[in-house]
Amino acid sequence: MSGPAAAAAHRALGLTDSEYDLIVEKMGREPNGVELAVFSLMWSEHCAYKHSKKLLGRLPTEGPHLLMGPGENAGAVSVGHGLAIAFKVESHNHPSAVEPFQGAATGVGGILRDVFAVGARPIAILDSLRFGELTSARPRYLLDGAVAGIGHYGNSIGVPTVGGEVYFEAPYEQNCLVNAMCLGIAREERLIRSAAAGVGNLLVLMGARTGRDGIGGASVLASAELDSSDASKRPSVQIGDPFEEKKLLECCLELLERGTLRSLQDLGAAGLSSSSAEMASKGEVGLDIDVSQVPLREDDMEPFEIMVSESQERMLCVIEPENLGELEEICERWEVRATAIGAVTGSRRLRVLDTRKGTGGEEVVGDMPVEALVDDCPLYDLEPARPDGQIYPAPQRSLDSDERGGALLALLASHNLSSRRPLFEQYDCLVGSRTVRRPQQADAAVLSLEADGARGGIAVSIDGNGRRVACDPYTGTVEAVLECAANLACVGAEPLGLTNCLNFGNPEKPHVAWQLERSVAGMVDALTELGVPVVGGNVSLYNQSGDGPIYPTPVVGMVGAVPDVERVAGAGFTTDGHTVALVCSPSAAISLPGSELAKLLGHELPDGLPEIDVAGTRRVIEAVRDTVREGGLASAHDVAEGGLAVALAESCLAGGIGATISLIEYGLQALFGEGAGRFVVSGLAEAIEALGAHATAIGTVGGEALEIGGRWSWSLEELREASGALALAFP
Amino acid sequence: MRFGVVRFPGSCDEVDALMACRRFADAEILWHGDHDLRGVDAVVIPGGFSYGDYLRVGAIARFSPVMEAVSAHALAGGLVLGICNGFQVLCEAGLLPGALLPNAGLRFLCRQVDVEVVNSGTPFTRGCATGDTLSIPVKHTTGRYYAPEEALREMDAHGQIILRYAEGRNPNGSLADIAGVANRDKNVMGLMPHPEHAVDPLTGSDDGSCLFRSLVDETVEGRHRPPSQPDDVEGGRRPPSQPPKGSARVAEARA
Repeated sequence: MSGPAAAAAHRALGLTDSEYDLIVEKMGREPNGVELAVFSLMWSEHCAYKHSKKLLGRLPTEGPHLLMGPGENAGAVSVGHGLAIAFKVESHNHPSAVEPFQGAATGVGGILRDVFAVGARPIAILDSLRFGELTSARPRYLLDGAVAGIGHYGNSIGVPTVGGEVYFEAPYEQNCLVNAMCLGIAREERLIRSAAAGVGNLLVLMGARTGRDGIGGASVLASAELDSSDASKRPSVQIGDPFEEKKLLECCLELLERGTLRSLQDLGAAGLSSSSAEMASKGEVGLDIDVSQVPLREDDMEPFEIMVSESQERMLCVIEPENLGELEEICERWEVRATAIGAVTGSRRLRVLDTRKGTGGEEVVGDMPVEALVDDCPLYDLEPARPDGQIYPAPQRSLDSDERGGALLALLASHNLSSRRPLFEQYDCLVGSRTVRRPQQADAAVLSLEADGARGGIAVSIDGNGRRVACDPYTGTVEAVLECAANLACVGAEPLGLTNCLNFGNPEKPHVAWQLERSVAGMVDALTELGVPVVGGNVSLYNQSGDGPIYPTPVVGMVGAVPDVERVAGAGFTTDGHTVALVCSPSAAISLPGSELAKLLGHELPDGLPEIDVAGTRRVIEAVRDTVREGGLASAHDVAEGGLAVALAESCLAGGIGATISLIEYGLQALFGEGAGRFVVSGLAEAIEALGAHATAIGTVGGEALEIGGRWSWSLEELREASGALALAFP
Repeated sequence: MRFGVVRFPGSCDEVDALMACRRFADAEILWHGDHDLRGVDAVVIPGGFSYGDYLRVGAIARFSPVMEAVSAHALAGGLVLGICNGFQVLCEAGLLPGALLPNAGLRFLCRQVDVEVVNSGTPFTRGCATGDTLSIPVKHTTGRYYAPEEALREMDAHGQIILRYAEGRNPNGSLADIAGVANRDKNVMGLMPHPEHAVDPLTGSDDGSCLFRSLVDETVEGRHRPPSQPDDVEGGRRPPSQPPKGSARVAEARA
């Protein structure tokens, strides 16, 4: 390829002129088409994190329970008993915005592969979703498709979807968010890394054939080299096949159990290019890949297409040559395709060979230094600038009056707060027989570690609140982390590790860069205070449309240890006569601006939220956790969106029993204000007293209605009907 | 007493079923490609998406080698329990009457439901009493039971309708609220609810235990011997009219 032609191609592939010049310098020559395609993907934001890597370096990644930190397919923490939990969250936002069913399904498929790539059996899926308001047609279509897609993949592969969250806000109208999290379990010594090792060892591709699907970043190149009318017909969203992945999963786990594999890596974004380069980089070796050995769906695929295809349900492994027979035997038993496509070399180069007929024997069609591919992509400094004021328009007003009685029902009926039953009933939450707390039964999902009756378990929660982060990127993010920890505390879980997905707009815009930087700063401070490390995650940038950026949406998934799953509290009140208490730190800052009620009333987003006393909040969270662990509380529920009144209503609904509440004041802020680190708990009076100064008794469980201050009363039936609003979106 | 749980490619609940069986007796996995049931007393066909179920559910699984052996086992009077996808497979294989159609709501549905025992005079339900209500989850997309009217009348006449969804709890539009049926000899049963997910109060309910316990009782008492002992097959079948036995017998037999 001549200089000018290549220059045109590199720009079309998203590389800047200076990045292209750097590639030429690292290569010592102009790259050919194959090499340019591989570089363009490896140096893309998605693979190289070029706008976020410097920021991510600030996150704490050390902790006493950490087994595997960022950089592997998934991170892992020790949960005792010699067991490890591997977990990770990842986005599939843009594919889901194009085709929600397959976009969400393959998002689940991808995160499952990340987890079994480290040798862990997937045991739970959670998801975090954002759409525009359901009053318009597009978000309804996206929600319906995404939920069906998540269910299709998770249900069919036999991994339970145990939790998640979904919110509806106008800035996600065009650019929805679909983040999927997966947890897997393994004996600690069975965890496996992805570093390729052992010169002369074989590189084996397992699973589905490689097709032209999902040639995403390289689609421009595809249209340059193929008839453009053909290329335009090809879907760039991959199609998921959970049956293929189910076989692949069982096969890989058996291979790992037998010790057949040296290393394992899943094929995700950028396909073979990224997976092979990462394996070679981590192992400080080279790899030769013969594209003619790769099983194809279409015969006439070009080498670059084979290298960048994002066909799903494929895994890459390194094995010693003498183990090939054993591998083939096991793969045959599971009806999984396995083909040796290359070898480990000592060259530190990724060489792409093509030995197909008509090409005149072995031909090197690409030859790139691994280090240049993986480590040499330039990293950019953000140029953050705080915007002069709030950049997001005020939400559309949907509630006329702030009269308390109507406001509570309106909040419960709002799509952000109404019961998620119509969504989670589309997911199998039971398969695996570990699910001790199902969706909406408690603030966090609880899974037993061993289904044979051992008492140990884990809890997991996924949280994020884009509108609050839009109000204040730092404080909003601190709140999200604390809410996740609070959810775990409600079931008596101690946080062990966190995974995050940073969903933001275009980082080259100064105000988005500012959001990103402040958000990461908040996450660093909150995690440092909690002593929880980040084990891995994902960054999704450029989430914006012509209407502007999405709300900045850091999503955090936290995993915690539960010593005794028999003592897990639920979110619902249980027993007539129990005391209801509000637990919070004396310094808890709650406010109405930026709350769900303010949204319904169409109030402007504030430019900043009240500062949080993070240390004080941590102490409250720990007090609740300890009391739950001692078995003292009948229920524990985090006060989050909608404030105290909504939390009380939710505890009534979850338990199917009312409560009579008496507060010191009944202002809008007291009833509906939001802020971190508050809980509604119930139990015997002695148990509440054990919480000490943090707890204030505010009422008694009982009856068929929620009564507040003798002034407002809502029957359970009334509350239930309001809370059922989301069902109307699924006729 | 030994259960065999079939594993097809795409089975999802086979380990759950295996663990549930092991609470009451021995149990092992049976591989879909094998022709041999390894001498198990009762076969469980578990839930999942056998062979991906991209065609009509259960349509491919019925042709698998293991299903030949299961059919022979069933025809010789051996006990077979099909759960969810297993129920679908048994209908496809012609071992049970009727068919499962897509849910009335056309969506996958996972929900704890109340199921009533209609006939406790079977090897699968002898540990329950007729009229008992069991809390057991369903989770499926294709669980709407259907059989032609005449077949339905005949099933009713022969006591083949074993479980119904409690009034107002039919989750999928099944005809006559049918949740589980048996063949005329009552040695093959299929149901859409998942009893293997209802064997421990910690994970929701243990009401499903009575099905497994019933099968153990039946086998331990020698009512149903594996077909490899043909002498006992005919004489061993218990008439449906016999009153259900309490589960105390299991403890006795084990002791």
